[in-house]
Amino acid sequence: MEAVLSRIKRLDLQRSVIYFGFLAIFLFFAATLHNDGFLTTRNLTNIVLQTAPATIMAIGLVFALSAGEIDLSFGSIVAVSALAAAVAMQNGPMVFGVVAGLGAGVLIGAFNGVLVAYLRLPSFLVTLATLGLFAGIARSMTDLRSIPVINDAFTGFFGSGKLLGVPSLVIWTGAAVAIGHVLYRYSRFGAHVLAVGDNARAAQVSGIKVPRIRLLVLTLCGATAGLAGLLYAGRLQAAKYTLGESDLMTVIAAVIVGGTALNGGKGSIIGALLGSLMMGMLNNGLILMGLKVSDQMIVRGVIILVAVAVSLRDTRR
Amino acid sequence: MTTAPVLSLNNIHKAFGGVVAIQDFSLELFPGEIVALVGDNGAGKSTLIAIVSGLHRPNSGEILLDGETVSLSDASSARSRGIEVVYQDLALANDQPVYMNMFLGRELTRKPLGLLDKARMRSETQTMLDQLDVHIPSARSKVRDLSGGQRQGVAIARATHWASKLILLDEPTAALGVAETAKVEEIVASLKERNLAILIVSHSLDQVFRLSDRICVLRRGEQIGVRSTPETDKNEIVSMITGVHA
Repeated sequence: MEAVLSRIKRLDLQRSVIYFGFLAIFLFFAATLHNDGFLTTRNLTNIVLQTAPATIMAIGLVFALSAGEIDLSFGSIVAVSALAAAVAMQNGPMVFGVVAGLGAGVLIGAFNGVLVAYLRLPSFLVTLATLGLFAGIARSMTDLRSIPVINDAFTGFFGSGKLLGVPSLVIWTGAAVAIGHVLYRYSRFGAHVLAVGDNARAAQVSGIKVPRIRLLVLTLCGATAGLAGLLYAGRLQAAKYTLGESDLMTVIAAVIVGGTALNGGKGSIIGALLGSLMMGMLNNGLILMGLKVSDQMIVRGVIILVAVAVSLRDTRR
Repeated sequence: MTTAPVLSLNNIHKAFGGVVAIQDFSLELFPGEIVALVGDNGAGKSTLIAIVSGLHRPNSGEILLDGETVSLSDASSARSRGIEVVYQDLALANDQPVYMNMFLGRELTRKPLGLLDKARMRSETQTMLDQLDVHIPSARSKVRDLSGGQRQGVAIARATHWASKLILLDEPTAALGVAETAKVEEIVASLKERNLAILIVSHSLDQVFRLSDRICVLRRGEQIGVRSTPETDKNEIVSMITGVHA
């Protein structure tokens, strides 16, 4: 009995907020929009497809926040990675694009990471600066032009393709969440990330290489942003400097609503997935309701504000 | 004593810039004994703890573990030689469960994937806490939800689990109430049976007299003397600490 009670207690509110919020928004749209096609398999699948890049970036951000760092630059990394991949595939095979896109993401993430881990600059300021820096680089890479991606193998693998009837973007999302969750909850790396974000000095005197963890989480953020760039380029069959620009708020909101603490030591990959799907449902539902773009932004902003306030009330102590 | 010392400090000297923190300090610690390090603020106790735990390196003098000269270049090298420290701030990660704190930086994994063996870490944690008679709701409890005494118990249990030679305790009861202090003292006293050497820094002379076998007094970096606890009294120790003769 006591064990059951303590188990229930451990499922504390901050973790469950996302489940209730997710369910509430789903039921609300299901009730009000059932005549507008919200509940169709096609529409629900679409939500998952549209949120795939944001979900994958959210996974990277959970690791960064859990280690007590933040990445604000992932939106610009998405654009640079997508453009790098598109340019590399203009005269080359798909593998060139994958290597260029992921490579750009990893390198920029590592660049952030070195500045934060070894020069001890605050990640907030470093990634705010690199957000602007790489937004500029993305613009100058192709003179603001959009680059088409006509490599069928690539657009299938990262975009419109299917495996056994399952859309590739759903597979990417599922794989990233599964790997992220296992790494976060069941690996030494995940345990060290949480320890560093919780109490960096305790981690250090316990023999954990704190700078290495900081470097790795920011590199991981870059890598997930790079993968997100490939998914955008695959789905849209083109790369442009605007890709990822509007993801900053969505991804951060998804992660916070999903139960990850802003100041480290605590988080959830599954929560981030649900948070990201919730943001996607919100976008989708508000469009189906026929709201003007400006009204959509206002309603979304208010809902995110409420959701974040409720989640933080319990994580912040 | 007939047994060989676990730790010998010979003529340790440490200065920060021009300021001498420790001069000509020598001490031997034997297995199964508790030695208290006392002195006023700034006497050099923390520096000495930092030297033995590998955070500072002495400018001169030697450190011998089991008769062998060692160089403790960082906290890991001290830990790998069987020296554990219970820091004053306990160095616990508050939002993590107790069992993850017990294995912080030394997590157990399971083949073939190298994933965390949480079940084993939990059961070993429970065993350790039971042996030391530390009562907490569960090995899964978060450190944040424990009382000060329970946290101290967890930190000491962790040190005991990993120490093979020596435990350094830095002000283990400074933040605790009366009942919790008594409990922690009981735990510390029980460590003697494990044949570990214990070096304890404490401001409470009552505690020092309750727990220790010998008392080593420092004043402004200088080693004033070492006394066998049953053969001295508080007046002598106070005058050694302050330099004022009663």
